[in-house]
Amino acid sequence: MGRKVAIAGVGLTKCSSHRKDVTYPELVYEAVSAALADAGIGFEQIDAVVYGSMDTFGGVFAPERWCVDSCVSAGFLNKPMLKITTGGTTGGSIALGAYYHVGSGMFDVVLAVASERVGEGLEAQLVLNTAVDPIYERWIGAGAITIAANQASSHFHYYGTTQEDLAMVAAKNYANALNNPYAHLQRHLTVEDALRSRMVSWPLRLSDCCPSSDGACAIIFASEKRARQIAKQPAWVRGAGQITDNYFAVDRPWFHDWDSLAMLARRVYKLAKISDPMDEIQVAEPYVAFSIQEILEYEALGFAEPGKGAELIRKGVTAMTGKVPFCPSGGTLCTNPIGATGLVRVAEAALQVMDNADKRQVPNVKTALAHSWGAVVGFHTMMILDKEAP
Amino acid sequence: MTQEEEIVIMPGAWNLPFRHTAGRFASRFFRELRDNKKIYGVRCPKCRRVLLPPRPMCERCFAPIDEWVEVGHQGTVEAYTVLCVPFMGLPPPPLGMAVVKLDGADTGLNHILGGIEFSDPDKSGEAVKIGMRVEAVWKEQRHGEILDIQYFKPV
Repeated sequence: MGRKVAIAGVGLTKCSSHRKDVTYPELVYEAVSAALADAGIGFEQIDAVVYGSMDTFGGVFAPERWCVDSCVSAGFLNKPMLKITTGGTTGGSIALGAYYHVGSGMFDVVLAVASERVGEGLEAQLVLNTAVDPIYERWIGAGAITIAANQASSHFHYYGTTQEDLAMVAAKNYANALNNPYAHLQRHLTVEDALRSRMVSWPLRLSDCCPSSDGACAIIFASEKRARQIAKQPAWVRGAGQITDNYFAVDRPWFHDWDSLAMLARRVYKLAKISDPMDEIQVAEPYVAFSIQEILEYEALGFAEPGKGAELIRKGVTAMTGKVPFCPSGGTLCTNPIGATGLVRVAEAALQVMDNADKRQVPNVKTALAHSWGAVVGFHTMMILDKEAP
Repeated sequence: MTQEEEIVIMPGAWNLPFRHTAGRFASRFFRELRDNKKIYGVRCPKCRRVLLPPRPMCERCFAPIDEWVEVGHQGTVEAYTVLCVPFMGLPPPPLGMAVVKLDGADTGLNHILGGIEFSDPDKSGEAVKIGMRVEAVWKEQRHGEILDIQYFKPV
């Protein structure tokens, strides 16, 4: 184990289908400025930057160059900067990168920045297709959505989950997004509305699928000494990790259990000394790009037995008023600036621990969970944050 | 300022040509589809799994592979969806997509599911079942690509 590390400041931007009011670096500046203001420190106090995005969506390769000035004037101050890209887990990997920078003892205050302009691309599906195996898989235009639909049809078949269950997840997360001023989709959605929305990839309807968003996020990670100086209530990293799975997703033609995530959860809970997540974690910000995934995540993250995930949404356990609210921000289902999304999950979990989540604050949070998946279900990241230093 | 500011939008486009070698393994796989209507996988010398599509190494054992194994033209649906909106490069919706485990293979193959009536999008998935047996339907004109198998249809 490395040094103790905490989050000492968080910055988010308003997300939408196209932030026409700002250029790419201005969007990043908005997030970084908000994080510095939240921490109450100047840009010169940052020792290093970890930045990332899924470049191709915005149509500019290597945007770390365009955005270097917005990352605490890293270019002008000659700060070291690393760039990370790992699909949907990009933001989660950036958080890990910043955590490792500080945990290693090599840097005291590190800025994690993630950004994405999915809204600058006119056809996200064409872009996604460039990330697919060019030899065997590119002819299948769809990637992520068919995998998520496979997860849903398999969960229906093996465990009896239904379209009503998916609609309940969507209605809950849409309602939560109404409390989040940074969320992209902000409209009321009933279970009946969800069940009437257009079928996209059976059994996933439009309301079961995330939108394409512009947005950015910045988080300040600090050593124990600096974190205590900077933040009244730091969000301490209690455990974190990443897991990989093999390249061809259909090599494992079972989709009803998310094995790699369950394995990562066991590893991270061991690091964080968590034996019963349902009793020891008060809020979760998992990566729910498609409604079915929240149900798979209940199970893989240990909040429900395999196959019993739908019971949590039916009983309201994961609603804002339930025992463990999931996605109080509305989550990825309502806002998906792809490369930034994983870092937004960490930011939202940190805000909950720091009691800074305003209208979406869950009462009495001590411990929060953040998660991201990506690379056609090949990668996952997790981070457990806590009010108390480990 | 009372009136909304006019924002200039700069156009952009990428049109970059590339060439990706399919390598010896995929090339042979595609050749067998085209010339002989045969579907080949490869067997890992260590774990003995038959992997499809063919690849030069087993990711579990990290072992090089050189044994080719013909697999069946029939298989089992392991997972599926029905696309109800148009997707790039695919026939118009509604379109069945299934992960098929061919007889003799240990991995799945993502392919089109045909020969099934998907009329109402809301109920389209009910026409398919996990565990359903399917078989390959071949194209007359084959070009050495995965779509030389036109689709899989229920047996």
